Amino acid sequence: MSTATEPVRILPQSPANSGSDSGEGQLLEVSMGPQHPSTHGVFRMDVVLDGERVVRLKPVFGYLHRNHEKIAEHETYLGSMPYTDRLDYICSLTNNWAYALAVEKLAGIQVPERAEYIRIITAEMTRFLNHAALIGFLTQDMGASGTPLMYAFRERETILDLFESLTGARMMCNYMRFGGCRVDLPAGWLDQAKKFAATLPRFLEEFERLLATNEILMARTQGVGVLSKEFAVNAGVTGPVLRASGVNYDVRKVDKYGIYDRFAFKVPLGEHGDTYDRYMIRLLEMRESLKILNQALRDIPEGPIVDPKTKIRGFKPKPGEAYGRIEAPKGELGFYLISDGTANPYRYRVRSSCMMNLTVLEDLCIGHNVADVVVILGSIDIVMGEVDR
Amino acid sequence: MTPENIKSEVEASIPGCQLEIVSNPSPSGQHSLRIDPAHAVAIATFLRDAEPLRLDYCSNVTGVDWPGKEISEKVKVKKLVDGVEQEVEEIRKTQTIGHLEVVYHLFSMEKKHGPVILRMRTEDRAERVHLPSLTPVWRSAEFQEREIFDLYGVIFDGHPDLRRILMWDGFEDHPMRRDYVEPDDFEYEPTAHDEVLERARQHRTVMGPL
Amino acid sequence: MFGEGILKGLAETARNFLGSYVSKKRLTTVQYPEQRLPQIEAYRNFPFLVYDGDDWQQGLRCVSCFICEKECPPKCIIIEKSTDKKPDAVGKLQFYPKVFNIDVSVCMSCQICVEVCPFDAIKMDTDFELSSTDRFSGLLWDKKHLAKSNEHYHKIHPTEAAAVDAQLAAERAKIAAKTKATAEAKPATPTPPANANGAGPNAANQPVPTATEK
Ligand code: SF4
Ligand code: SF4
Repeated sequence: MSTATEPVRILPQSPANSGSDSGEGQLLEVSMGPQHPSTHGVFRMDVVLDGERVVRLKPVFGYLHRNHEKIAEHETYLGSMPYTDRLDYICSLTNNWAYALAVEKLAGIQVPERAEYIRIITAEMTRFLNHAALIGFLTQDMGASGTPLMYAFRERETILDLFESLTGARMMCNYMRFGGCRVDLPAGWLDQAKKFAATLPRFLEEFERLLATNEILMARTQGVGVLSKEFAVNAGVTGPVLRASGVNYDVRKVDKYGIYDRFAFKVPLGEHGDTYDRYMIRLLEMRESLKILNQALRDIPEGPIVDPKTKIRGFKPKPGEAYGRIEAPKGELGFYLISDGTANPYRYRVRSSCMMNLTVLEDLCIGHNVADVVVILGSIDIVMGEVDR
Repeated sequence: MTPENIKSEVEASIPGCQLEIVSNPSPSGQHSLRIDPAHAVAIATFLRDAEPLRLDYCSNVTGVDWPGKEISEKVKVKKLVDGVEQEVEEIRKTQTIGHLEVVYHLFSMEKKHGPVILRMRTEDRAERVHLPSLTPVWRSAEFQEREIFDLYGVIFDGHPDLRRILMWDGFEDHPMRRDYVEPDDFEYEPTAHDEVLERARQHRTVMGPL
Repeated sequence: MFGEGILKGLAETARNFLGSYVSKKRLTTVQYPEQRLPQIEAYRNFPFLVYDGDDWQQGLRCVSCFICEKECPPKCIIIEKSTDKKPDAVGKLQFYPKVFNIDVSVCMSCQICVEVCPFDAIKMDTDFELSSTDRFSGLLWDKKHLAKSNEHYHKIHPTEAAAVDAQLAAERAKIAAKTKATAEAKPATPTPPANANGAGPNAANQPVPTATEK
């Protein structure tokens, strides 16, 4: 995070930008954000413009930095669980899962079958609501003010109600535990979820018809912000943004964590790596999520939901370290833990997918107009709670 | 690919490099390789490009602080006690200097394997904190190395844009170090916590009212 | 045809708009203070202290064991232990909290205090209309503010409260049987008071952290 400069200033004349007195050819440095309505939170970009064209762009963040990693070093292992909700606050259940997975790896804890199913159900619902909300926000950034976003939120509301009746909270769920989940599904929850899943295909069709062939959307997104395959891999981009560039890498398929190997689903891939592909990939992933969700709701067995050997209090893993990662809706979310045998982790590290995906923002934006910056940023899908930690 | 295989392959291709396997006792079984900073870029490039490994994706880069410890050991020394030579037990204390460590988690998107974990150490925690940057090899290390520079104070030589990333530019300390002391005025608001209240009050008596 | 995609999208919005006249489902807005959604049973907001019986001072289940204070992640619980003892929910002599404060401006509704409490003394409330004109003392809740009756608990979380009551009744029966047995064996010695650091009803299956733990 660098200190704020004045919002607009004309760069001093240099050999590279020796323009005439009329101001033509001069470079303008503009600060976009941190209170810009389309920066998805308190996020700032130092943009250098040549007319409308971006010549340099430096993302500046840290406004929401609370040193989550340091706080976690002073908490017990369980005590960090509620803080993970606040990373990517749209997808608290996948954050819970990533952390629980890392601790389970560290301590060698097994998860009972039913808990694995519940985890997959909630994670896929989370992916669904994240992608739906993202498409809403992205089109909002393009000027489709409100309608797609509100349609997405209507669906999200139902999912949040399901989360609330299961976990007690809509967004800050704090639900997963090491070796399972906190409570079992309440009576009638599965039927409600099945009923809801049955309405989703209709919503998806509606959502797709609403925008997918919209000429304005295509004009604004096709060919904008093209991310090449090789560069995406080298820059550590993950999640839908990576797959939109055509790289077949989904942690659900690669690591097969949980019980993802039991489910039949495809990994959608893009061809061009432009903003339109990143938009489309999310629509397709929602369909695949729905497939997983339906299979999981059908097959979920009875049984315990938490490994009886794990303790709530006095949990002390043996010394060692572990890196656990999952495919969160925004990309690979990893937790790296070092234990020194005490009740607090010696090192607790969050590998944030949003922050890593921001690495490529400058490369995507250079040469495009300012208005495209907003769209490209929207298609990368960042949540500042996770970028700044 | 076991760490032993990787070690022998790297040593065969890069003469003079030193690798050490750091075993991990936890059930995760993720063992790591400690590489020497002088050859780090060569090793990283080899790991990224060489055929059987192709670790083209550097997922996680992070710092770990290992402050110096006081190690006390008992030693037997011969001493003259009252003119007679006797063997006396003495406790000798040695202070280790500690170091900062940087950990890289590598995966292969092409071959779908991993993680391979690399570690590098600085020589101490105060002056000799330079390490070679691996950003030229994996672009994904760019922000993460900046973060380590910001929060731990490791200086990465060869990094294209080494600035603070989460803290502001004028900030001086490195808050993730284990001996970091937070300033007494970080929270002015009186909350129910007596310590915080007390600290804020003390700060005010020293610095004058807000 | 250019514009076809836009028209398709507009047809969709029109369908939704017109549909809202016929289908209640499409009208999703709830006019909040006048209309309310039914409360979801699992909903949690801030913790409260359960008491049995009518007198909140006498009936508090909390034995001031400091476990929740230690485990609360943002450290927003402040407890001071009493010097004397009184019988607790299952009839053992126990300490009680002289001061029990929760700073709800710090509390993040994580429910960890509820999970770790071995005495079922602290539970989550569902009240969410908590605005106060004083943001410091108005949001620092003391024992009196926190104490709510077991009936209230039954009203807001019926399933959970029934399970807790059944478990407590079982504990009580077990202890009564034990006291009777000891009384018959050695009539002269009274039951030893339980030590304050956690020999509670659940002590057998939930180990109490040792002093070395942070
Ligand atoms: S853990 Fe339960 S009994 Fe112990 S102090 Fe907290 S509320 Fe009271
Ligand atoms: S709900 Fe969480 S934050 Fe609030 S008092 Fe309980 S443990 Fe502390």
